[in-house]
Amino acid sequence: MKSLEELIGEHPLLAGFAPAHLALVAGCGSNTHYGPGEFLCRAGQPAQHFFLIRRGTVALELEIPGRGPFRFSTVTAGDVVGWSWLIPPYEWQFDARVLEDVSAIRFDGACLRGKCDADPALGYALMKAFAGVLVKRFMETRLQLIDVYGRRD
Amino acid sequence: MAAATERACGTSPLLPHAWRVAEAWRETGDVVTLALEPAAGDGACDWQPGQFNMLYAFGVGEVPISVSGGTSRRLLHTIREVGPVTRALGALAPGSIVGLRGPFGTAWPLREARGRDLVIAAGGIGLAPLRALIDTVCRERDAFGQVAVLYGTRSPADQLYGPDLDRWRRAGLQVEMTVDHADVDWRGPVGVVTSLVRRVRSDGQRTTAFLCGPEIMMRFMARELEQAGVADSHVWVSLERNMQCATGHCGHCQLGPVFVCADGPVFAWQHVRRLLTVRAL
Repeated sequence: MKSLEELIGEHPLLAGFAPAHLALVAGCGSNTHYGPGEFLCRAGQPAQHFFLIRRGTVALELEIPGRGPFRFSTVTAGDVVGWSWLIPPYEWQFDARVLEDVSAIRFDGACLRGKCDADPALGYALMKAFAGVLVKRFMETRLQLIDVYGRRD
Repeated sequence: MAAATERACGTSPLLPHAWRVAEAWRETGDVVTLALEPAAGDGACDWQPGQFNMLYAFGVGEVPISVSGGTSRRLLHTIREVGPVTRALGALAPGSIVGLRGPFGTAWPLREARGRDLVIAAGGIGLAPLRALIDTVCRERDAFGQVAVLYGTRSPADQLYGPDLDRWRRAGLQVEMTVDHADVDWRGPVGVVTSLVRRVRSDGQRTTAFLCGPEIMMRFMARELEQAGVADSHVWVSLERNMQCATGHCGHCQLGPVFVCADGPVFAWQHVRRLLTVRAL
């Protein structure tokens, strides 16, 4: 059975991290499982965690008053859920609803922020990793906004 | 790129030849497939996946439409109704006659990709020019390594060729589909088609990619594939421009030094990637 440190080292977000940094990050993580219909997070709640998805599918949704939930993305193995833990006011901005059984590593945001403050090299490595995720999501959102398959007339 | 075919659909590349609508069926709310057969008994048309024909709706106009499948005597064309000509073609009933010139342009260079992994990525109606290519891959499945079909569309209602997607999966292809927008009843992936690249199981360095869809989607997809290790010399795209004569004479489809109708529509990405970043070209 693989250690948590080995598991997170295999995840695309943390691939290439120094072993010492992986050990620090692993100290804030734990294995979790969620069933269909459960939520990893709900909009408006304190963002105390983020998740590295190892298995399963999660839908990211926004509740639109009068219309119900709007699904804007799905994420799966190799993806990350959550960056609100990193940026004040540390509050979730969307719902993450499990569609298929999820195995994930859940990280304690306050624990990690503390370690990043104490070890700026770790903080920089983690910031770069999350910046990559944010840029990719940002570009994908731009493509969705362009509505490339829509009518132009 | 593949060589030109031997038998044209008519006697002259500039003269529309009469083909009859044998069948017509609606794929989605605004997409129709026409099955065309020669109106004269001895007509035939040798085409290759990636090529297109000029379809003439009498009294309305002519448009370039890729061949999406069929045989030399039964051509399938999948048409998205976006203007007067395509709407006229979409309204044709079985028995109607259309004018047809072709086939024109270059084909997907599948022979050069034998022995390699394939990523076939389509956006929207871009699946139509790739459909015959995917069927060929299924027939010659052992000639290729891992094959992934990545298909992105606007919404679940805009999905093309549902039975074909299942058939390709049964043939051993990795078929991944996503939609840009969906309500919570949709059980599949939501997100842009580029997000599917990370699901591909093939080795980037031994992968050939064939892309067709909106130009901006192909640009982002090519970039994503490059980040996954696919060389730009092994990425092929199908371009769309204002094709009118389809023989490289009128110049309407000129893109810098190339004519899309005659030098394309299938191009090596490394030859056109810079051209597509030139504004107003």
